[in-house]
Amino acid sequence: MVEVTLWGGLVPLAENQKTITVEAGTVRELLRKLQERYPGLKSAIENDVAVVVDGVVYRDDRSKELAADAEVFLMRRLAGG
Amino acid sequence: MSFDAEFRNQQFKSVGSRPLRPDGIDKVTGRARYGADFNMPGQLVGRVLRSPHAHARIVRIDTSRAEAVKGVKAVVTAADLPDLTNGDAELLHILDNCMARTKALYDGHAVAAVAAIDAKAAREALKLIEIEYEVLPHVVDVDAAAQSDAPLIDETLFTGGVEPKPAKPSNVANRSEFGHGDVDAGFAQADVIVERSFRTEQAHQGYIEPHACVASCNPDGTADMWVCTQGHFVYRQICADLLGLEVSKLRVTSSEIGGGFGGKTHVWAEPVALALSRKAGRPVKLVMSRDEVFRASGPTSATSIDVKIGARKDGTITAAVAHLRYTNGPYPGMWAELGAMTSFACYDLENVKTVGYEVLVNRPKVAAYRAPSAPMAAFAVESAIDELAGKIGMDPVAFRIRNAAKEGTKSSYGPVYGPIGIGPTLEAAQSHPHMSAPLGPNQGRGMACGFWFNFGGQTCTDLNVNADGTVTLAVGTVDVGGSRASLSLIAAEELGIAYDDVKAVVADTATLGYNDMTDGSRGTFSSSMATISAARNAIDVMRHRAALTWDIPVEDVVWEDGHAKARGENYGNLAPLSVKDIAAESGKTGGPIAGHSELVADGAGVSFATHICDVEVDPETGATRIIRYTVIQDAGKAVHPSYVEGQYQGGAAQGIGWALNEEYIYGEDGRLQNPGFLDYRIPVCSDLPMIDTQILEIPNPNHPYGVRGVGETSIVPPLAAIGNAISNAVGVRMSHIPMSPPRIRAALDGGAGS
Repeated sequence: MVEVTLWGGLVPLAENQKTITVEAGTVRELLRKLQERYPGLKSAIENDVAVVVDGVVYRDDRSKELAADAEVFLMRRLAGG
Repeated sequence: MSFDAEFRNQQFKSVGSRPLRPDGIDKVTGRARYGADFNMPGQLVGRVLRSPHAHARIVRIDTSRAEAVKGVKAVVTAADLPDLTNGDAELLHILDNCMARTKALYDGHAVAAVAAIDAKAAREALKLIEIEYEVLPHVVDVDAAAQSDAPLIDETLFTGGVEPKPAKPSNVANRSEFGHGDVDAGFAQADVIVERSFRTEQAHQGYIEPHACVASCNPDGTADMWVCTQGHFVYRQICADLLGLEVSKLRVTSSEIGGGFGGKTHVWAEPVALALSRKAGRPVKLVMSRDEVFRASGPTSATSIDVKIGARKDGTITAAVAHLRYTNGPYPGMWAELGAMTSFACYDLENVKTVGYEVLVNRPKVAAYRAPSAPMAAFAVESAIDELAGKIGMDPVAFRIRNAAKEGTKSSYGPVYGPIGIGPTLEAAQSHPHMSAPLGPNQGRGMACGFWFNFGGQTCTDLNVNADGTVTLAVGTVDVGGSRASLSLIAAEELGIAYDDVKAVVADTATLGYNDMTDGSRGTFSSSMATISAARNAIDVMRHRAALTWDIPVEDVVWEDGHAKARGENYGNLAPLSVKDIAAESGKTGGPIAGHSELVADGAGVSFATHICDVEVDPETGATRIIRYTVIQDAGKAVHPSYVEGQYQGGAAQGIGWALNEEYIYGEDGRLQNPGFLDYRIPVCSDLPMIDTQILEIPNPNHPYGVRGVGETSIVPPLAAIGNAISNAVGVRMSHIPMSPPRIRAALDGGAGS
């Protein structure tokens, strides 16, 4: 099981849950299950989300494997210069 | 991703060397082709008419007299760019910014455009376009715009991120909050608290080359565009979406780029050029003047920031809070949110809270500027940190080392850090000779830290082995900072050939798969990963060709030192085959040899820097001279150290300009008063000392060679480092960027930093 922390803007879309526990082995599985559980997250996950795994930002690598004790954050997809 | 990106601690032959840059001769001889250097037969001249008002409703546009001018082939308005955005608000904002639809939202907002056979006809036509405006109240100041009685820029906008939803619309588009712990409890434990407000004024990226493109729409629905951009694949997608073109039918070629720094990650005039070409049926060249660049393309935010930090006498920070208000221009963005995330990212804090407010104003749409939003937040936080260290009586470097984030620290924006480099940059600063060098009269020293996220992204690369054994590398990330040299070094390293035998080019959108932009310090990080992958794929092909040549199993062929070698006692008489040997026989062993790679390059890792600065302030005039400057930053692995040093120096130079002089100045009428390099002063060579650099190499575990992005972090600390240096020189805490002579004189006269 992986514990996911949502950034503040996502919390209202996930029934006001700040942290959610999900059974997932990859980022893809994690995001799919989050959408299934909280349909309101769908648009944000498709367009705005970057996933931070153990402190490293993953914007697009949905195949990133998640260890059971991984620290996972959903963060806004960042802009850069 | 099938590619194994894990760091391998290998010895390098090419990587880490400093060969001549491949684009150098073209650039110094004037042969390099920038955006405005492309031309086509029958090409028309495009010109844009811009609003003279900061905020005005467009009541009526009559283009009939302009269309009648001899030589005019097309006039376009918003009516020629219908809304095809299908409910995508962000895309609609881009469209509206390219051509105002119902309201002009800032001085310089495009309202119409003309294509004519020459500039004279185009200018004459612009004068004959009749526009009836209903001038509306405007607001350009960030704090004024956030007030409840401010003129509303978008009457349908309600502040997001607050519960319950506000009952009244506001210019504050969104509120975001980050942090952890209990800041009230933390402040209760503090022996000393510093609380101060800061402001930074709006600055432009100041790239030397203005936006420029040539667009050519054909009657069969295909189109070509040559453009100066940081991301031609992204420009293709956005322009196709806005114009209703099929992506595959729009071919975009990127030119050489005369600076971007984030400002060329956004489309401005390109959709307008395509619309003009489509209407005129001829190619159209559209080149912005410097006035247009300032008035209508991507400055960074102006900000107003409140910071409060408390610490015990032993030097431990007990709590930190920042409220950050950032201008967004007239459309919502995430600029304050980025500032809120980065504010305290350098520190290990038990109790921290940051709140960002996105504020709409009648100024140009804000664009990314090198580590967007982080420099302003760092100015406020690092100034307060310095003041706090002084009040406690601690050395500013030692105070920062005591509180620095490290592996396992819960960052102020949420995640827990893995291995990070803030500690080593501070320790390097502490032992650097610069920190102990003597200072003269009216001189002061300051230092500051900076943080940026860095990221990777979608990347596609082709590597072709030519018949003579040389290699052509086609990449899709625009070379903004020397990536063709660094990627050639990477290909040479992986294949075991000479740097001079590799030629890297930036391919157009029709000849290579999609690539994200060169932003987020990702160019060399991402494309080097794809280049390594492509080279390894080409090596696999060459091992097969060697096996065919020798008629032995491919499993018995290894690749070492740029050669295929037969492994095993039975093959003692087989001389190794070089890349040239294998390439020469390629026609007889299966045809051309190539390696391809498409991947998502993630795992960039966060980046930190520490800067040290000495200034001398003339107390009579308030003018500041930078007399010594040192940049210390982690590069992971410096592929081409000269380019890495150049990135460090460039970020520092831009930061120096921003800190001392650069500023958008608006009149009472909301019009920009200084849209030119005479009145908007960027630093020139004589303003700058030799900027010293120290490259730290702490390998990135998520890159085969340990590479990290280096392009952005170097602009984060300068505002604060210079602010601290000036404050120490004049004995007054400076709190308003830029610290121009009048502001320093005012501080000296009144004892206040603004």
